[in-house]
Order: sequence, then C-alpha cells, then structure tokens
Amino acid sequence: MIATEALAALFVEVADTLVVDFDIVDFLHMVTTRTADITRADAAGLVLADAHGRLQFMAASTESVKMLELFQLQAEEGPCRDCFRFGAPVINSDLSRAAGRWPRFAPEAVAARYNAVHAFPLRHRDTVIGALNLFSTAAGRIEADDLKIIQALADVATIGLLQQRALAHSEILTEQLQGALNSRVTIEQAKGALARMRGISVDEAFTLMRDHSRRHHLRLTDLALAVVTDPASHPELTGWPGG
Amino acid sequence: MGQAEEQRRRLAALVRLEPAMGDDGPGTPGLLRRLCSAVTHELPATWAGISLVEEGQVGGTVTGSDGHARRLEGLQFELGEGPCVDAIHARRPVLEADLGGAGFGRWPGYAPAAYQAGARGVFAFPLQVGAVCVGVLDVYQDRSVPLPTAAVGSALGFADLAMDMLVDGQAGAPAGHVEPDVNEVLAPRLEVYQAQGMVMVDLGVSLTEAMALLRAHAFTLGRPLGDVARDVVTGRLRLEP
Repeated sequence: MIATEALAALFVEVADTLVVDFDIVDFLHMVTTRTADITRADAAGLVLADAHGRLQFMAASTESVKMLELFQLQAEEGPCRDCFRFGAPVINSDLSRAAGRWPRFAPEAVAARYNAVHAFPLRHRDTVIGALNLFSTAAGRIEADDLKIIQALADVATIGLLQQRALAHSEILTEQLQGALNSRVTIEQAKGALARMRGISVDEAFTLMRDHSRRHHLRLTDLALAVVTDPASHPELTGWPGG
Repeated sequence: MGQAEEQRRRLAALVRLEPAMGDDGPGTPGLLRRLCSAVTHELPATWAGISLVEEGQVGGTVTGSDGHARRLEGLQFELGEGPCVDAIHARRPVLEADLGGAGFGRWPGYAPAAYQAGARGVFAFPLQVGAVCVGVLDVYQDRSVPLPTAAVGSALGFADLAMDMLVDGQAGAPAGHVEPDVNEVLAPRLEVYQAQGMVMVDLGVSLTEAMALLRAHAFTLGRPLGDVARDVVTGRLRLEP
C-alpha cells in the first residue's frame, strides 16, 4: 500500500516542471528515487526517446539499475523496451522465468539480484515518450490500486515533461523571431545612414554593405549594427570621418 | 495546466470558425486577422489589432479585425506612444477604459488621435514567451466601459494563441529570418527605418531622437509618418535641426 500523504507531496513535486531553473536530469533522477521510495521497489530507472525515437537512458535510483537499463537498450530487448513500443505497462514479470521473453536481459537482471520488473509507459494521449521502470529483488506482485497510482504518477511526469519541451521550443523560436525582427530594422537603419554618409541611394548602400560583409567575413547584421553605432570602425565602408 | 490547454483549444476553435477572406493572404498574418476577428466576437470589443515589436519598440501593424482596426492599430507606431508601447516596456497588460478622461493624461499625443478615431477604451496585451516580448494584441471598445474579468481572461488566452501562431510560423522560416508572409506585411514600414538612419546622419543625433523628430514632423504637418519617411528617403525632404 502506498502512503497517501507521501504520494500527494510527490505528485506536486512531479507536476512542477515549469520552473525557471528546470534541469531535466535532476528532475528525472528525482522521479526515479521518489518512485522507488514510495513503491518500496528496490530501484527505479527511466528512459526517454530522443528526437529519432531511440530510447536513451536518463536516470536511475541506483547504479546497478543504471547498468541494467543501459544493458536493455544495448541488447535491444527488455521490459522497458516492450513497454515503450506498445505503450502499455509490462507488469509483474517474474524475471527468473522470463528467459524466453528476454533471453539476454532476464539472466542479466537475475544476476544483479532483481527478480521482478514493472515498466510503466510515459504517455500522453497517443504520444509515448519513454518508460518508468521499477525493479525488485522479491518476485512479488504489485497491488492493482498501486498500479493505478504509479501509472498516474508516470502520466503527471509525462505532461510536465511535454510542457517543458513545448516551452523550451517556444522560447527558442520566440528569441529567433525577436532577433530576426530586430536585425531587419538594423539593416534598414544602416542602409539609410550609409546612403547619407556616402551620398548614394539606399539600394547602392545595401550593395556596398553586403559586399563589404562578404569580403570581411562579417555577418550582415553585425556590420549594419556597427554602421549605425560606430561608423568609425569601418572607415573604408562609411567614409568616416570625412564626408 | 488542463484549464489553460482547454481554453487554448476553445479559442483556437473560435478562430477556425472565422471565415477566411480573399485578401487574407497566406500564412500567419491571415490567421492573426481571423484571431482579431474572433476577439471582437468573443469579447465585448469593437476592434482588435496586432503589432510586432521592433528594436524593443512598437513596430509595424501586422493586422486588425477590419480596416478601421488596422488604422487604429497603426496610430501607436505613428506617434510612438500609447497603451501598447507601455505594455511592451512593462511586459504586462495595460488597460485603459477611459481613453477620453484618464487616457488623455497618460498619452497626450495618442489618446486624442485614438479618441477621434472612435476608441473610448484601449486594452493592450503583450505577446510574449518568458522575458521575450515580440508583439502586442490591442483590444478597443467604442464605449468607455471597463473590460470584464472574464474578457480579460479571454484576451490573455487569445494573446497566448497569437504567440503560438507566430512561433509556429517562425518554425518554418529560414534561419535568422522573419517568416516571409509576416515580412511582407511589415515591409511598407521599412522605409521609416531607412529615413531614421538618414536623419541620424543628417542631424548628428541618436537613432531614438531621429525617430522622434520624424514623428514630430509628421504630427505637426498632419501627414502620415510613412509619407514623410518616403520624402526623406527620396531626397525631397531634409529635416532641419
């Protein structure tokens, strides 16, 4: 049985991913150690799929589980891989009798003294992003109620991760948009300024700037900024200081 | 999170219900026009418009719920003053239900012009992600009534949605460039920045002062800023100190 208070506190912790200094590795490590504590499994591990859909090890509550997770990924077999592929929990597997299902992983896990494994998908609607895996030395079953709770925990962690990803993605694109909007403006200001400095048209000014930037391997935006803020830094372009 | 996502989806559905118009054009500006239109239907709002931020200041108008909304929206760039200017700097909504009263005190240049154009209340909502503000959603009323709390909530939701649309559009843009459809909509304003650079050199003033001088000249003569800029760029006009 899982203690309600401890669980409530953990849910809050797991949901809170939209913080300024969010660190995914710390967060996932926290999820594995707290899950292990609360379920009294001996250890927990967590894997996530990368941009190419390949599972990568992210966190584990013990070194031995880390080794096992890495082994699963390398051997391309095991409960967390099955769980990820099918998007469904793989539970109550008695590893001492799983050599048929996982011929390489099962013996390795048993050798590391784990006899039971329970893998829960990290899933939101149709998206499966990874798996949360519990390892026990005792080959026992998890109670049905506790299964629901652990899956709910995995679900909350998933939503938190997806939110974080979406936010990071948005932040990067927003900065790019801001940068692009600003650099356009700077280039126009520089075209106008340079046109006046050299007594030429705006289009001619742009051509000069572009050629100068290429010749000197400068980014056009950087050169434009220099033209408006520090024309003396490019005298051959701006004709500084004489008119 | 559930509630915000639900609102986002509901508002997105409202935008999709808005018919696309012939002159919408492809890409994000057309979507944002429909968003502005949805704002006027969902909120007690007469007009709505969106401007983007350029160099930390209010920049070109992207779109409005109709032609009049676009003209209203453009006033803040014309004059360099107004609720959206304040919202961009504060990175917080700026709400003024009494444009004809308190508004005149807050924006002595902008308020009379917007009032004359029929606005009695103006509510500006920044489009931002984290600390980065790239634009503003302006909501206008033709009566001097505060915006109800639920409407403010919807406006914030629409602002987030508009930000999503801009981000999605930017995702498809070539690196370092503004999405081409947005770029095209903002293009007519670029001459103003060219003129700004010219005035800076002509008068030996800062960029900021140069823009202020251009605006002052336009305002004094009652001419659009874009026309004054065109004259400067083509050499027909040279500002005096």
